[in-house]
Amino acid sequence: MSALARLRGGLGSTAGVYLVLLGVIVVAAVVVAAAGRNLFTPGNLTVLMTSIAVLGFVAIGQTLVILVGSLDLSVAYLVSLSSVLAAGTMAGASGGTVPGIVTALVATVVIGALTGCLVAYLQLSGFIASLGVGLLVAGYLASYYRGTTGKASPELAGFGSASIGPLPVPTLLMLVCLVLAVVLVGRTRMGMHLLAVGGDAHVARMSGVRAGTPVVVAHALSGLCAGIAGIVIVARLGVGSPTVGEQGGYDLLSIAAVVLGGASLAGGRGSLWGTLGGILIFAVVDSAMGILQVNPFLKEVVRGVVIIAAVALYARRAAPLVRRRFAAAAGPDPAEASAATAAGPTAPVTEGAER
Amino acid sequence: MTGTVAEPAVTRYDPSRPPLATRIAAGLATPGGIVWVLLVALLVAVVVYNPQLAAPEQFLRLIARMAPVAIVAVGQYFVLVSGEFDLSMGAVIGVQVVLAGTLIGDDPSRILPVVLLMFAVAIVVGLVNGLVTTLLRVPGFITTLGTMLILSGLTFYATGGSAGQNPAEEFRVLGRSGLELPILGYLPWAVVVLVVVVAAAAWLVRRPFGRLLLLSGDNPRVAHLAGSPVWWLQTRAYLLSALAATVAAILLVGYAGVHPSVGSGYEFTAITACVIGGVVLGGGRGWLLSAVAGALVLESLFTLLNFVGVAATWRPTVQGAIILVAMAVTVLRTIRRRRPPAAEVPPRSEPGAGEGAPAPATAPQQPRGT
Amino acid sequence: MQRRTSRLALVGAGVFALALTACAPGANAGGGSESEPSAEANPWFDQAQFDLENERRSAQFEGDPAKPYLQYLAGDMVAAADYALDRPGKVCFANASLSNTWRQTGWITMNQQLQVLQEQGVVQVMETRDAQDSDDTQVADIDYFVNEGDCDGFIISPYSPDATTAAVERACETGKPVIVFDRAVSTDCVTSFVHSVGGMAWGIDVGEFIADQLEPGDKVVALRTAAGVDVFESRWAASQKIFDDAGIEYVDYLTGADPAEIKKAVTDEIAKGEIDAVWVDLGDQSVPAIEAFEDAGVDVPIVNGEDNMAYLRAWKERDLNGFGGVYSNFQWRTALLALTQLWQGQDIPKDWVVPQTPITSAELDAVLRVNDEMPDVHSTSFGGEDLPGFPDAWRERIIP
Repeated sequence: MSALARLRGGLGSTAGVYLVLLGVIVVAAVVVAAAGRNLFTPGNLTVLMTSIAVLGFVAIGQTLVILVGSLDLSVAYLVSLSSVLAAGTMAGASGGTVPGIVTALVATVVIGALTGCLVAYLQLSGFIASLGVGLLVAGYLASYYRGTTGKASPELAGFGSASIGPLPVPTLLMLVCLVLAVVLVGRTRMGMHLLAVGGDAHVARMSGVRAGTPVVVAHALSGLCAGIAGIVIVARLGVGSPTVGEQGGYDLLSIAAVVLGGASLAGGRGSLWGTLGGILIFAVVDSAMGILQVNPFLKEVVRGVVIIAAVALYARRAAPLVRRRFAAAAGPDPAEASAATAAGPTAPVTEGAER
Repeated sequence: MTGTVAEPAVTRYDPSRPPLATRIAAGLATPGGIVWVLLVALLVAVVVYNPQLAAPEQFLRLIARMAPVAIVAVGQYFVLVSGEFDLSMGAVIGVQVVLAGTLIGDDPSRILPVVLLMFAVAIVVGLVNGLVTTLLRVPGFITTLGTMLILSGLTFYATGGSAGQNPAEEFRVLGRSGLELPILGYLPWAVVVLVVVVAAAAWLVRRPFGRLLLLSGDNPRVAHLAGSPVWWLQTRAYLLSALAATVAAILLVGYAGVHPSVGSGYEFTAITACVIGGVVLGGGRGWLLSAVAGALVLESLFTLLNFVGVAATWRPTVQGAIILVAMAVTVLRTIRRRRPPAAEVPPRSEPGAGEGAPAPATAPQQPRGT
Repeated sequence: MQRRTSRLALVGAGVFALALTACAPGANAGGGSESEPSAEANPWFDQAQFDLENERRSAQFEGDPAKPYLQYLAGDMVAAADYALDRPGKVCFANASLSNTWRQTGWITMNQQLQVLQEQGVVQVMETRDAQDSDDTQVADIDYFVNEGDCDGFIISPYSPDATTAAVERACETGKPVIVFDRAVSTDCVTSFVHSVGGMAWGIDVGEFIADQLEPGDKVVALRTAAGVDVFESRWAASQKIFDDAGIEYVDYLTGADPAEIKKAVTDEIAKGEIDAVWVDLGDQSVPAIEAFEDAGVDVPIVNGEDNMAYLRAWKERDLNGFGGVYSNFQWRTALLALTQLWQGQDIPKDWVVPQTPITSAELDAVLRVNDEMPDVHSTSFGGEDLPGFPDAWRERIIP
C-alpha cells in the first residue's frame, strides 16, 4: 500500500468529501471572480442555501436506504405525490395545513414501507422494487392530475419564505432532520441494525438481527423524507405539481449525492454528513454556473464530470478489491453449507451484492 | 415459434442432459424460463386482439420494431451479469442518432465514414465507462450516470439543440425496410440484425470470455485466479453495451428518424427487460436469451395496451404492476421450492442488490468455479 | 405457513396503500379509462378562453403588418413614464428552458435583437438564468435576481403558470418593470404579458382544418407530447371541443415526441382500422406519423404540423393535405422590445397579444422560399428577417 493510499485510507471518506467541497468552492470562487462577479454575495448565498433544502431531504432518505443496501428510485414520484396531496387537501385554507401534511406524509410513508416490504420479504432488488412502485405512482399522478393543483395554506407559504438570520427555515428543518438521522444511525439500536444489515445481511441475521425490519424502516423513512421534500416544494411554489419530482431529477441526483458523500452502493458504508457535503458540492457548482450563465447543455456536461471526478478522487472504494462475499465463500460457514445442500449440489446461493 | 427458440437456451447450459421434456419443464420454472411463457401468452393476446398480425409478414414487422430495445437489452445483459449497471445507453443512442442526423445529410457517400465514426465513438464511450469503473473504481452506476449527462449535454451543445435532419434513405434501409422473400413474404432487416446480434452475443456467452464474465460478476476473486483480469472483462462488457446501443441507434434512425428524444429511457427499459428475464442485479446470474425475451415481453405488453385501448396515462402503472408481479411470482416460486431448509436458513441475498432466486436442482448452471 | 400469511398481509397492505391514494384530493383530471371522454370533461377546457381566442383569431391588429412582432390588439396601455431609464439598462431574464426547438429558435432571435439594442446603447447587458424545465429552479432563479438587486427590468418566461406566481410577485415588488411572455402567470402585478393569440386559437385553427374535411364518425388519431403541460393541453382541449361538436371520433396517445413511440402508436392504429386524420400538438411529431403510413403501404391521410421546416418540407415533397398551426415564435423578440420600449419612454400594451397566422397550402411555397436555407428544426415564424444576423445566426443555429 502506497503512502498516498494509506493517507487516503486514514483520512476517512467524509473528510475527503469536505476537502473536495473546499476545492470546489475555491475553484468556483476564483472562476466567478475572474468573470468579474462574486460567489459570496448575500443574495447568492441565500439562494444557494434555499436550493439545498429539497434535494437535502430526499438525499437523507436515500442515504438510509443505501446504507441498508437497497436503492430508492421512486423518490421523484413520491415528491410529486406528496406535493399534490398536500396542496390538494389544503386548498389554500388555514385549517387544511395539518390534514394536508398528514395526508401527504401518511401516503408516502406507507408507499415507502411497501417498497421496503417488497425488498425485505420478497427479496426483490431495491432497484427493481422501487422502479416498479415508482411507475405505479407515476401512472396514478398522470391519470388524476393534469398540471399544477391545489394551493398552499398561508401558514405553509409563510414557512416556505421565512428565514432565521441568513438561514431559510426549510433548510434549517432539513439540517435538523439530518441531525436526527445521524442520531438514529449512530446512537440507536435500529441504526446499528441498519448498518449491520447493509454491511452483511447474512452475518446480521446470524447475530440475531431481524434483517427485514431495518430495510422496511429505511424505505419508510425514505418515503417520509421524500414526502417532506414535496411539502417544502408546496411551500415554495404555492401549489402542488404532479411532475415536480421528475423536473428536479431527484431520483438519480439523490443517489449521486449519496455516493458523492462517500457511501458504498452495496450498503453498510456511508455517512449522512458526507451526503450533505455531496449536496453542497452540487449546489456550489450549480450556483457558479448560474452566475457565469453557462450554456444549459454545457451545465449537464460539467455536472457529469464533477460526479465522476469527485467520486474517483476520494471514493476509491475503501473496501479491498476482493469482495466481501468472497471471504464467506472461501471459509465455508454452516449456513452456506446447509443452504447449498438443501438446494442441491449445483444450486448457486445468490448473494447479489454489487461490491 | 418462440418455444423452439426457448429450447436451445435450456440445452445450451445443461451439463448432464436429462430427458428433453424434463429439461424444458425445469427450465420454464426458473425466472429465466417463466419469461418465455409470459412472452407466448402476450403474443397470443396481441394476435387475438389483432388477427392481422397472425400473417407472417405483419408478425415479423412487429418483431422488427421491438428489435432496438431487444438489442439494447443484449448490451445491458453483459454489463449486468458482470455486476454493474450501464445507465448511459440511452444517451449513447441519442449521440449516435444525432451524429447520423447531422453528418450524413443527403449524401449517401458519407454513410460509411460516419458509421465508422459512430462505432469509434462507441468504443471510446465503452472504454471510458469500463476503465473509470474498473481502474478508478467509481461504481458503474455513478460512472454511467456521469457519462449519460456528459454525452447528452455535449450533443446538444455541439448541435445547438438541433438533432439535424433525417439522413439519406440508404442509411435508413436497415431500420425501415426489408427483404422480399418467397415464403415469409417480407423479412425486415431489423429482424435479421436482431438475430445476428443475439447469435453473436450467444456465441460470446459460450466463449471463455462470457463464462469468465459471469464468473467475475459472481466472484471476482475466482475469475482473477482463473487467469482473467477482472478490469478487462468488465471493460469489454461496457464496450459491448456501447456497441449494442450504437446498433440500436442505427436501427432507430431508420425506423423512427432523427430526434433528440430517441433512445431516452432505453437504459431503464433494458435493465427492466433483463430483470424480467431473470438476470440478477449484482451479477453472476442470467441467461442471455431470456433477457432478450424480457425485452420482447415489455414491448408486446405496450403493443397490447395500444390495442386494448388503455388510457395513455395509466401505462406506467400497468408497466410497474407487471414488473412487480412478474418478479414476485418468480421469487415466491423459488422460495417455495427450497422451503424445508429455507425455514431455518433465511435466504442469503442482500436485500438491496439481488433477488436471491437460485435455480432448481435440474436447472442449467452458470459456471461457478469452472 | 405463518410466513405465507405474513406475505398475504403485505400484499393486503399494498392494496390498502393504493386504495388510500385513490381518493385524490385536488385531482384535476378524471382518471377514467379513456383519458377524457369529451372536451367538457377535460379540466383544461375553458369556454370563456375558447371564445376569447376564437374571436381574436380574426381580430384587427394595430401596427405595421410588416413587423408582426410589434403588432398588438388595442387595449389598456402601460404608461412608460414610471419606467424610463436614462442609461443603458440591465435585463434579467429568467428562462424556463431551451429544451425544444421552438424555444431554441426564439432564443436565437432574442439574442440577435439584444445585439442591436446593445449597439444602440439601450441595453447594457442581459443576464440569463435557465431553469432547465424545473419550477423549483426557476423560483430560485427569480429570487436570485431579486436578491442581487441590480436588475433594471425582468423578463420571465414561466415554466408552469401557477408555480412561479409567488416568485413573480416578489419581482414585481422591486418596482422594476416585469415582462412575462409565452405562458401566463396567475397574478396581475406584471407590467406586461406578451403572448401570441394562444394555445386554444392554435387548437381551433388545426381542429377546424381537420373537422371541415371529415364526416361525423370519422376517426382522428391524436398524438400528444405530454400531459399536464398547459401549452399542449390547451391546444388539445380546443381541438377536442371542435371534434366533439362535429361528431368526430378520436383516440389520443402520449408520445413524449419520441418518433419511435409515435410510429408504434400510429402503426397499431392503422392495424386497428382506417384513420382519417392525424392530429399532432407539436410539429416534431408529424414526419414520423407520415412515415408510419408510408411504411404500412397506406395512403397518408390529413396530418397537421407546425411551422417547423421538417414538416413543411415533408408537406411539399409528398404533396400532403397539410396545415401548419403556428404559435408565433417572434414573441421572444417582442418581450425584449417591450422592456426596452418602456425604458425609452414608449407606452406598451398591458396585455400584448401578437398575431398568430397559421400556414395553409396557399402560403406554403412562399414560406418555404423565404426559409429555404434553414435547418429542419427552424420555426418559420421566428420573425428575425430584418435583424443584422439574418440568415447566418439561424442557419448555423449557434445557441448563445
